[in-house]
Amino acid sequence: MDTSLFIIQLLNGIQLGLLLFLVASGLTLVFGILDFVNLAHGALYMVGAFICASLTYATGSFILAVIIALPLTAAVGFVIERLVARPLYARNHLDQVLATFGLILVLDTAAHLIWGPQGMAVPLPEFLQGQISLSGGLVLPTFRLVIIFTGLAAAGGLFWLVNYTRLGMLIRAGASNRTMVSALGINIQLLFSLVFALGAALAGLAGMLIAPITEASIGMGNSIIITAFVVIIVGGIGSMKGAFLAALMIGLIDTLGRSYLDEIFSLVMSPVAAENSAPAISAMLIYIIMAAVLAFRPQGLFPPKVR
Amino acid sequence: MKTLLATAITASLLAIPAYAESVKIGFVTTLTTGAAAIGEDMKNSVELAVEHLGGKAGDMDIEVIFEDDAFAPESGKQVTDKLVKQDDVDFVAGYIWSHVLLASRKSVLDADKFLISTNAGPSQIAGKLCDKNFFSTSWQNDQTPMAMGEVLNKMGVKSLYVMAPNYAAGKDMTAGVERTFEGEIVGKDLTKWGADAQLDFSAELAKAKASDADGLFVFYPGAAGGAFIKQYDQAGLKDTLPLYSVFTVDAISLPKLQEAGLESVLGSQFTQEWDPTLDNEANKKFVEGYKEAYGHYPSYYGAQSYDAIMLIASAVEKAGGVDDKDALRAALEEADFDSVRGDFKFGTNHLPVQDFYLREAVKDEDGVWTTKVVDTVYEDHVDSFASECSMD
Amino acid sequence: MTMLRGRGWITAIIMILLAVLPPIFVATGNAFWLDLATRLVILAIAAVSLNLILGYGGLVSFGHAALLGIGAYAVGIPAHHWLYGGGPEWLQTTSGWLQFPLAILAAALFALVTGAICLRTRGVYFIMITMAFAQMMYYLIVSIEEYGGDDGLVIDQRSELPFVDFSDPLQQYFFCFVSLVIVLLLVRMIVNSRFGMVLQGAKGNEERMRTLGYNVYAYRLTAYVISGAMCGFAGALLGNFTTFISPEMMDWQRSGELMFMVILGGASTTVGPVLGAVVFIVLEHLLSSLPEPLGVYWHLPFGLLLIIVVLFVRGGLTTLLTRRGDR
Repeated sequence: MDTSLFIIQLLNGIQLGLLLFLVASGLTLVFGILDFVNLAHGALYMVGAFICASLTYATGSFILAVIIALPLTAAVGFVIERLVARPLYARNHLDQVLATFGLILVLDTAAHLIWGPQGMAVPLPEFLQGQISLSGGLVLPTFRLVIIFTGLAAAGGLFWLVNYTRLGMLIRAGASNRTMVSALGINIQLLFSLVFALGAALAGLAGMLIAPITEASIGMGNSIIITAFVVIIVGGIGSMKGAFLAALMIGLIDTLGRSYLDEIFSLVMSPVAAENSAPAISAMLIYIIMAAVLAFRPQGLFPPKVR
Repeated sequence: MKTLLATAITASLLAIPAYAESVKIGFVTTLTTGAAAIGEDMKNSVELAVEHLGGKAGDMDIEVIFEDDAFAPESGKQVTDKLVKQDDVDFVAGYIWSHVLLASRKSVLDADKFLISTNAGPSQIAGKLCDKNFFSTSWQNDQTPMAMGEVLNKMGVKSLYVMAPNYAAGKDMTAGVERTFEGEIVGKDLTKWGADAQLDFSAELAKAKASDADGLFVFYPGAAGGAFIKQYDQAGLKDTLPLYSVFTVDAISLPKLQEAGLESVLGSQFTQEWDPTLDNEANKKFVEGYKEAYGHYPSYYGAQSYDAIMLIASAVEKAGGVDDKDALRAALEEADFDSVRGDFKFGTNHLPVQDFYLREAVKDEDGVWTTKVVDTVYEDHVDSFASECSMD
Repeated sequence: MTMLRGRGWITAIIMILLAVLPPIFVATGNAFWLDLATRLVILAIAAVSLNLILGYGGLVSFGHAALLGIGAYAVGIPAHHWLYGGGPEWLQTTSGWLQFPLAILAAALFALVTGAICLRTRGVYFIMITMAFAQMMYYLIVSIEEYGGDDGLVIDQRSELPFVDFSDPLQQYFFCFVSLVIVLLLVRMIVNSRFGMVLQGAKGNEERMRTLGYNVYAYRLTAYVISGAMCGFAGALLGNFTTFISPEMMDWQRSGELMFMVILGGASTTVGPVLGAVVFIVLEHLLSSLPEPLGVYWHLPFGLLLIIVVLFVRGGLTTLLTRRGDR
């Protein structure tokens, strides 16, 4: 096997995994603490991408656009929490799934109305456009490395926030015992709004990071949201560490599956059949893992400690 | 308010003289999802064609009903059924996607209506599944990549890595280039397509690079084209793995690539049956009219759709209406209209017999990124499946 | 006459409309509305089958579209082999006597295998695991090149049964309609039986049912398999109706639509899902055929409606319509 190709594919897998983590971390926060199933979380990923795209053209700088777009996406999350999510906290998961399913339709169409049907490309500044040569003849697009570092930084920041700040303490306490937190005189409503907005910003950040690679497009969140659910269930709902490890695992499985499965399959079937079935089977793989986890270890591989 | 409404109703009644019969054209394209940019281009061109015709085909009014296939065969078939059964259209035209056309064709043909593809050209429909009431103003999928294969041979490319979306046209496109390309195909990736298409090609590009092929052949229509070119550029493959594409760099993707400042796409070459620079009256009228109305260059999707409306109008005029199907079919076969491609004629399977050109991405005199013709690859090319077609 | 008090009159009105309107559509040359009615009745069967486990069993399956797809492919695959050869010889047929039982059995088998695993979980985990299995089925079909993969499969020849001609739209409609009536009666019978009582009891208080000595797991699995079989049958009808099938119809968003039909109509009644399907399909059609450019944006009012129904119309339309009559 070609080692340098393998290493590049590992990095590609990690990059995908980190993007998934950004989406999944918000999802697992909202799910774990608010006990709220938010199918529309992927739509926030799209909203972030579009806001960032518009701002990139308005300000002429991608980096500036990301900095402004983050609080804006958080604000969108904040509003959604007030209008749609809050009345649903007391409802069952079925109602939550359906209402947020409706919310996806609304947000996708709203994006269509605002930004048009064709999607938006996001230009990168010159210094992010090129490639970086690593040792051993490895060449990787600069921006892919930027994604990896941003993802790691966001993960680090999140760990710090959850584990070492007062807000994080409340979040953890809220996850294990909601009534106790409110009994302490904490404004639990505000805490929930903040958590939701934080999740929106994280998903939005993922959208902003992928937009220069693909582009901001309508419905871009609908395929990632299901994968993000797979991630948080495999990792253990409410567990930040679980979401991180599971996201990397799913990212690697997906990328390595796309890279090597057809070669493996062509050992046992015709090359044509291998070519056709490999991508689908690697897509199936993550659901098989999720079903196995749910069946044998429903609390996930790395469940939160306080439960 | 009531009077206003009454006036409006009277006005609209007066606007449609009771005696004017109309020819109804249902037009199926993609108006939602990321591929809506293509649909928009086709819709614009259809509306431009109707305007250029003064809204008339002979003495009949032209009425076009647009429907959205949502980039999915199932919904494409559903709206086709609606056009055929509820709106009772005379022609169903449009179809960007091969799989949508394959899913919908039976609904139209079983109802004894005319079906005119303005883009999709799956191999089946040119060969075994050809039909007397099916016409195309585009091509058979294999033809454009076949032309590209010839170009590659001429350039001395010896090995090729191939990438395309995993659906009917993607498979035809790769088959097309394999048909004429004489070198070796060293690797091939078919990626997920449809409303949740795969747009991040990191793993595939890494494989392509590691394959040490002389060139990379891709087919990524619509928004995916822009995304692909960007990642190709970001991966810095331009010097080591030259890109040869079909239906990827076009008037849909170029404006976005220009916005994003991806200069490297300029100078890249691809094959096509039409170009905005083709020198004939109809094309000038079309391209200039389009630019004036919509502010940017039309694409081949638009050109083919424009031709389809012109074809229908010419046939309706010649047949003196839409009631005599046989006369209408004969008139369609004659294709007596001013095509944006210059001469236009149908082969035995009702697909055009036409030239294919090598085009290049360039800046026009205003600095706008567009394409121009650099060479003619095929003259009067007949697709490879025409011999399998027998109409009865 | 207790039937006609409360919800009974809704049932009566819907069923009479469904029986009377389609022939009128045909007589007045509105073939498309007949199509709409056929699609509606087929999806209503699927929604009623989902409601058996969702409404009465409290088991929120987010993967019911997969069963619909399995049923449709059970018609498409034999028809494909019949026309193009390949596959075992017994499969090369367009006979409904093979296709319909195959659809029911295949869907029931899928429900049995996945249900056996899914029912070990509860609540939101159940929602997610049922979706996971549906996604697996989706990608499995995508990977099978022979049956068209992503492109889907055109069914060139509909099922052949001695007492119905599927290529005649009106006959096809009435076959679907009668099927709906039978399925409704069947579900009503199941719900009112001792079996149904246990199922509903377990929804409210699982522990209690267990202490009473019932094997709740076995009851639920049985209900899941029955629901799957019915949905597979609906899938076979759908395949015959659309004459085109693709993995698209197994997508998670389709499962979501089925759930919406159930909730919209009301999950606590047998006929609720039918009302839900009627409103869903008619609204979908009306909104998407609004004049340009509104039609393109029809998802917006539709999504808003979904949110509003969930937030404010608890118990679905059936409850809304009968509130006065019932209380």
